[in-house]
Amino acid sequence: MQRVLRVAAAAAARLAGAPRWGPAAAATVRWLSGGRESMSYDVVIVGAGPAGLAAAIRLKQLCRAADTDLSVCVLEKGSEVGAHVLSGNVFEPRALDELIPKWRQEDTPIRVPVSSDKFWLLTKNKAWTLPSPFDNKGNYVISLSQLVRWMATKAEELGVEVYPGFAASVATNDVGIAKDGSKRETFQPGRMTLLAEGCRGSLSEKIIRNHKLRESGQGQHQTYALGIKEVWEIKEEKHKPGSVVHTVGWPLDLNTYGGSFIYHLDNRQLSIGLVVALNYRNPFMSPYDEFQKFKQHPAVRKILEGGTVLQYGARTLNEGGFQSIPNPVFPGGAIIGCSAGFLNVPKIKGTHTAMKSGMLAAEASFKTLVEGSSMELYWENLKKSWIWEELYKARNYRPAFEYGFIPGMALSAVERYIFKGKAPFTLKHGRPDHEATDMASLHSPIQYPKPDGQISFDVPTSLYRSSTNHEHDQPPHLRLRDPTVPERVNLPLYAGPESRYCPARVYEYVSDEKGDQKLHINAQNCLHCKACDIKDPKQNIEWTVPEGGGGPGYTVM
Amino acid sequence: MKILVAVKRVVDYAVKVRVRPDRTGVETASVKMSMNPFCEIAVEEALRLREAGAAAEVVAATVGPAQSADTLRTALAMGADRAVHVLHDPDPQRPLLPLAVAKILRAVALQEKAGLVILGKQAIDDDCNQTGQMLAGLLNWPQGTFASKVILDKEKATVEREVDGGIETICLDLPAVITTDLRLNQPRYATLPNIMKAKSKVIKKVTPEDLNVDIRSDMEVLEVTEPPKRKAGVILSSVDELLDKLKNEARVL
Repeated sequence: MQRVLRVAAAAAARLAGAPRWGPAAAATVRWLSGGRESMSYDVVIVGAGPAGLAAAIRLKQLCRAADTDLSVCVLEKGSEVGAHVLSGNVFEPRALDELIPKWRQEDTPIRVPVSSDKFWLLTKNKAWTLPSPFDNKGNYVISLSQLVRWMATKAEELGVEVYPGFAASVATNDVGIAKDGSKRETFQPGRMTLLAEGCRGSLSEKIIRNHKLRESGQGQHQTYALGIKEVWEIKEEKHKPGSVVHTVGWPLDLNTYGGSFIYHLDNRQLSIGLVVALNYRNPFMSPYDEFQKFKQHPAVRKILEGGTVLQYGARTLNEGGFQSIPNPVFPGGAIIGCSAGFLNVPKIKGTHTAMKSGMLAAEASFKTLVEGSSMELYWENLKKSWIWEELYKARNYRPAFEYGFIPGMALSAVERYIFKGKAPFTLKHGRPDHEATDMASLHSPIQYPKPDGQISFDVPTSLYRSSTNHEHDQPPHLRLRDPTVPERVNLPLYAGPESRYCPARVYEYVSDEKGDQKLHINAQNCLHCKACDIKDPKQNIEWTVPEGGGGPGYTVM
Repeated sequence: MKILVAVKRVVDYAVKVRVRPDRTGVETASVKMSMNPFCEIAVEEALRLREAGAAAEVVAATVGPAQSADTLRTALAMGADRAVHVLHDPDPQRPLLPLAVAKILRAVALQEKAGLVILGKQAIDDDCNQTGQMLAGLLNWPQGTFASKVILDKEKATVEREVDGGIETICLDLPAVITTDLRLNQPRYATLPNIMKAKSKVIKKVTPEDLNVDIRSDMEVLEVTEPPKRKAGVILSSVDELLDKLKNEARVL
């Protein structure tokens, strides 16, 4: 089932030019279906991830405590809650303990405490154990997709209306048109709109750009990484529930920031993935193939041998941390979770801060809608919260790697053991990810090993395991701002990097009748990871939201 | 006239199905479930008949665990008026087979005084293609299976059936049972206002015991395994080699 909700351009203009928020400036959500029916909501939350659902739950809790009510709806573009949720995930329950303290007494899908924490430096054939920089005592290995499903049931119990299969986007005309010319439904934003779209959210990026929220926030641009992950079912004797392993080094070179994770869940399931920072230089690198290569390392393949892959997926994540936090408040709403960017990079955890940001935004929204204060309260409270303190302490680790792998590791050690986060300086990020790609002439193509079908696989096999699909009767959701740029710039100068960094092989250069290479976009394969929106050298590719209900179908990611 | 539509909650068609490690059945935990595609077509046909004035009410029914209520909500969101949920917790060793389902649906159809029962021709999980036919037999009603067109008037239904030889047109006296095939219609999308309205529509919960139906199964599932992995092909160099292999290895000549 697919549907698109398009926010009318007039509404977008209203968001851009509206006067300072006040209780009198209330616009109800109007649901127009040929102009006949309309629905009103006080709060519309875009995205049923940890931040969006935490915000929804918190709002309803505040309503109950104050003996009042606000109508809250959560829109989710995936076909069901959790379908587009992908994360490692070693979960720190700090925010959940504040939100739902009784989660430990319920059948919450948080069952596997971390039992061991290892850190390996990989070379081509060996794995060297290093002291683990992490402290995961009290944390759990989970599937975030499963947790978010549980959170949705909690939200619905409190009266939140959750609608999966609905995408929210901004259109240039009032009524959306499908490929075949049929009309789609439209709606206008609610009294309060919270954007919780995850990393590089399409609506959030537009709002951040239009309202210059980076400039009025911490100031720096956001930096990103691409995470590619599989969930395996491995042999009983190799499975150690709660075992957490992180690796650095091979197969990534000294100029590429990234590393891998191997987390053991229960039921013989294992999460394994590779995270590659998107400011990598070599346009011939394919993060997908690096991941397949990584799995062939002797220390890794012996864990996987005899197992089967259950699911595959990919998603970008924020690495900008403290320096990249934008001002998350805009007229009519706020941005929460990874759409703003609260991931703690050295800890590689962002779920707990995403949830906390949702809760803070909910508290500010409640005060704004019921007591007449302003959403500035959210920004102020963010700066006074443990999110701020935590991200401040973690701020120098990632930028240290701008100087290279060895200086980065050295500076990280100094930061951790000597400064303990209190360094008197704040390092800046390097160039934005899309500007970091070198010309293809400076590098040579990489020969990746062929997949063996047991440990490593080709892209079509992996895509099948992501259950991704889109209704083909819709315009492609990946738009080229200038359709000549791929053949004029991307291909000659950078050897068409989009055909390599996309983990779903959406972008392909094929020869046309004249023998020229032309870009072909297989939008149907898209995993909604947003890597192309981030990494395209001329920022020519714009990821827009397709019809709701399409995209991957993650259940245990 | 009331139309009863029976729907089934199955593993979504796009999901890669796998066998449980203990080989008792197919993995259904944490797997996406949806309404059987043929059942969606059945609901759509019932709604079109009601919209054309040939019926007064569309009642959706399903047999399954508590989560099957989601499937009924989908039917209600598409436009069904009411729903009946026959609660039954699945047992992988003794699955609910078409005969038991047909007995239950017979009880529901008689209780609801349905004038027409529409079902999907088969479910995409077991591919039995038996429930509609058995239901008609138990009720002693005429049946129009593999319907690709249905025309309804006061006392009879004219059904075009997709058969191996082409299209067969038959006329059924009502009450009757119809099972839907792919080309009958394109199911509608549930709009957001309808999904919201569906939350307040009534779902009546009953058990097989309430309907006086004995669903004890005579069949027990012993084991479920994956099909053997397909072996790679061999490229041969001559017809003689082919004949030799067919005769001596495959032993089919």
